[in-house]
Amino acid sequence: MDDFMTPLLSIKNVNKQFGDGCDTCLQQEKDVLIKNFCPVCGTVYSCQDITFDLYPGEVLGIVGESGSGKSTLMRCLYFDQDVTSGEAFIRSYKDGKANMFEESAQQKRYIRNHVLGKVYQNPLLGLRMNFSSIGNIAEKLIAAGNRNVGHMEDRGRALLTHVNIPTYRMKEAPKNFSGGMQQRVQIAKALSNNPPILLLDEVTTGLDLSVQASVLDLIKQLQRELNISIIIVSHDLGVIRMLADRTMVMLDGKVVEQGLTDQILEDPQHPYTQQLVHSLV
Amino acid sequence: MENILTIKNIAKSFTLHNVNKHIKAIDDIDIYVREGEFVGITGKSGSGKSTVLKCIYRTYLPQSGSIWYDSKKYGPIDLAYATERQIIDLRKNEIGYVSQFLHVMPRTTARELVQQAILEMGHGRESAEQEAEKMLRHFELDPALWDSYPATFSGGEKLRLNIARAMVKRPRLLLLDEPTASLDNSSKVKVRELMEQLMAEGTTMLGIFHDLEFMKNLCHREYNMQNGRLITRVEMLDV
Repeated sequence: MDDFMTPLLSIKNVNKQFGDGCDTCLQQEKDVLIKNFCPVCGTVYSCQDITFDLYPGEVLGIVGESGSGKSTLMRCLYFDQDVTSGEAFIRSYKDGKANMFEESAQQKRYIRNHVLGKVYQNPLLGLRMNFSSIGNIAEKLIAAGNRNVGHMEDRGRALLTHVNIPTYRMKEAPKNFSGGMQQRVQIAKALSNNPPILLLDEVTTGLDLSVQASVLDLIKQLQRELNISIIIVSHDLGVIRMLADRTMVMLDGKVVEQGLTDQILEDPQHPYTQQLVHSLV
Repeated sequence: MENILTIKNIAKSFTLHNVNKHIKAIDDIDIYVREGEFVGITGKSGSGKSTVLKCIYRTYLPQSGSIWYDSKKYGPIDLAYATERQIIDLRKNEIGYVSQFLHVMPRTTARELVQQAILEMGHGRESAEQEAEKMLRHFELDPALWDSYPATFSGGEKLRLNIARAMVKRPRLLLLDEPTASLDNSSKVKVRELMEQLMAEGTTMLGIFHDLEFMKNLCHREYNMQNGRLITRVEMLDV
């Protein structure tokens, strides 16, 4: 099989639950659940049996209503939270033979610093607001083992220029920046170690249209020039249509439909997807 | 000549969950296209012509039947069951689709749009720039517009850009969904010239045209559709 057809990241049967579960919800089929909530013990099943592949250079969109488990899935992939069960394999890490969820904490840090980059909806989670912008980038570079100050400064400067942060503001802390600028600093930080996989969680939500546009342009440009694979979570179908090659639709912790983005938008099969697409203004 | 496309018995219906309705769009469609041919589909609006094209391009998932395409890379492949990754690959390198609507990234200039199409196929930047200019010039798009955004273009300019973008890739199989529907005559002539040129270079085309005059002397075979079914097949011998 050629490179194009081999997944870069394979996610298999990922489950994430909050709460221990009880006899009612663990033993029977999950139809006792109200949406993803067990009425007996109060356990929330945020991600249920999620399986998908991400291919090299591909943009995979994830859509779904709030509370459908999109962000939880992203947090699990970035080790912000532990999965309850499931497997994930990265082709460029140990030849794709190691389940990254079962690696040691040290190895997980390695994966996080070398293979993945993540941009959060809330810049507070992705940035240190009191560090300088270039210092934020240095932080990630240091975590990945860089020690050469000159090199890190060059790299930081190049990245921030790339995301259109003016040189004279690079030493300034992100707390002084507008939301759009903070988001772009986050993207620069996420890209600092040339990760093959970028996770974007609602990166444009809440930004004004022209700033949103410049962030989207940037993402598209990065994807074209660096050929990185991107998972983008959004409930903005316009963003998904513009960026994603394939799209996955989530509802109540489950993937209800996945397919080519134009097929999802023009020939949606699942009732929820139809409702979602018909709501598009 | 070998068939490049053999459609057997495809059917497509839509289930609309919110109104609890099941709509049959097309049924029992058989179409074949030989390599290098131009095949036309005609019929009233709502007869299912576009549905057939969209099933081939996999924008729609056909319910049953098979769509055998003779791919350069994969050999014979059933587009109805090919993996999404294969479809993405084929769309990039072998199968093109033009409709009368221009869907583009906002804030991308006309020149960039055409260039991107070429870059996608893995050509170098220099040849992309040259090819893009050649194509824009062919369609007589005012050079003043090349570096502005298509959203500001007139309807005809958008259409010409749309066709330029699809044709510049010189796909093996080009699906045309009424791309000339609202073009003036001189633009239509431009499109036709380019189609003849592509045909001479070996591109196979399957297209929907309302303008029968336009199809004349170009078509090898014509299928007529009515109510989601094929009614007639006419072989033109004097092409």
